[in-house]
Amino acid sequence: MKNKKVKVGTFETNDAPRGTNRRKFLQMSGLALAGTSLLLVGCSDDDDMGTPNPEVFDLGSGNLGILNYAYALEQLEAAFYTNVVAGSYWQSADSNEKQILEDVYEHEVIHRDFFKVAINAAVSAELVLPELEFDFSSVDFGSRTSVLQTSALLEDTGVAAYNGAGNLIDASDSAGLTYLLLAGKIVSVEARHASAIRNLLQPGTTNFASDDVLVDIGGSGIAYDRALPPADILAAVSGTGFIKTKFTAKNLPTP
Amino acid sequence: MNFIKILDTLSNKELLTETGSRRDSFTKMKNIGKDMALASIPFGLAATSKKTSAATMAMPSAAAQADPLAILNFALTLEYLERNFYAMGVGTAGLIPQADMDVFGLIADHEAAHVDFLVAGITAAGGTPVAEPTFDFTAGGSLDTFNNYQTFMALAQGFEDTGVRAYKGQAGGLADSNDLLQYALQIHSIEARHASQIRRMRGEKGWIVQNDNTLPANFAAIYAGEQNTVQGGVDLSGMFGNVGGDAAVTAAFDEPLTMAEVNAIASIFIV
Repeated sequence: MKNKKVKVGTFETNDAPRGTNRRKFLQMSGLALAGTSLLLVGCSDDDDMGTPNPEVFDLGSGNLGILNYAYALEQLEAAFYTNVVAGSYWQSADSNEKQILEDVYEHEVIHRDFFKVAINAAVSAELVLPELEFDFSSVDFGSRTSVLQTSALLEDTGVAAYNGAGNLIDASDSAGLTYLLLAGKIVSVEARHASAIRNLLQPGTTNFASDDVLVDIGGSGIAYDRALPPADILAAVSGTGFIKTKFTAKNLPTP
Repeated sequence: MNFIKILDTLSNKELLTETGSRRDSFTKMKNIGKDMALASIPFGLAATSKKTSAATMAMPSAAAQADPLAILNFALTLEYLERNFYAMGVGTAGLIPQADMDVFGLIADHEAAHVDFLVAGITAAGGTPVAEPTFDFTAGGSLDTFNNYQTFMALAQGFEDTGVRAYKGQAGGLADSNDLLQYALQIHSIEARHASQIRRMRGEKGWIVQNDNTLPANFAAIYAGEQNTVQGGVDLSGMFGNVGGDAAVTAAFDEPLTMAEVNAIASIFIV
């Protein structure tokens, strides 16, 4: 066990460039790391492959894996906004910004707790992603720019994540169709958030749906939200350093 | 070139690392896009995934839904409606204040792209795109849509929120066609960004609380069912008193409309 070169990590994909512009990094990382396989996460170079660390939770496979994946993202968002509404920027923000962020906070807490209840209702407790721990020390909750840019990033990432997960849901039974519809019910709310937060950053401009977070399909125009697979999303999330609790995503469906 | 290939292009390290300019990458992507024939959009209507073989054999649930081509033509009708509405609005001198022109110009561009995309896609899939309807955005003269900016914005909100609900309602019908489902989702969330922006420009929240409705009477049906608090079989009513209560619960989840419900709303504006 000594000198164990384990890559167990919350997604030890690449070196997160601390000290650089986090927002920029994240904007890029989701795509730059495309192709990085999460299958590596949790694998070990030495011979204790057969004895995986029991303390590292794996999201699971099939629809359960997708639900746990969504639950992880919602935990991240809810934890972030819990810090936002406890922070000094929010407390002294103007009433419009305050209301928007408070609403978003409430929605994300509801999403998180909904997934907790729903997944627990579907499977036994040991298959449900535990409550994760977070580290938001890189966010300045006293700074409007720091809070809003991080918020926009999380919301845009959420939209791309749900859009990319739709295909991965096995909708061959009624439960699967329910999950697909639920993803649809939530993703449009994340998009409403993204639009609102981005407009706070650049009011009255095209920033609510700007080209730098959209894509083209087939040459028809840059008029579509991104849809990214879990590997890309988790790599990007990992790059933020926000999630402290290690977990793996070795068995998620892939596109 | 399909979307996956576009992603591949994007993930090309050179493109992304080059002088760190993402804007640059997208400019390149635009150019790549221009070279593509629209008709090459790969609309996989056939069973495409591992899940589908099982699904088609054993699954009655999707059978209750319209077939994918019918869904695409349904979506096309809505996109025609939105495209024409915004084109007329942007083209009506004195209607949209200069300060709001960028917002509506962008939305108009998006809707035009969606129309082009769906026409090309339906054709590529062997279907026939529906003819473009004739629209009357005054609903028979009852609305001063292009003379009154407030009315114009109210209709814009109505069309965007209807669009969000319409795409959501068809997700199940596209579940067997992975490409189509993903494209539909990518349009669906853009409509939600539009809706949020327009709602806030009208002094509303960006999200739908309960079934609150500030739109003209023509849109009476548009928020029906948005007050739902039961999600995935779990009744969330009363569970979140400390984070906004039931009002926040209803805002945290958008609800679908059926094709028939959407058509009833759209038909008000179709001659």
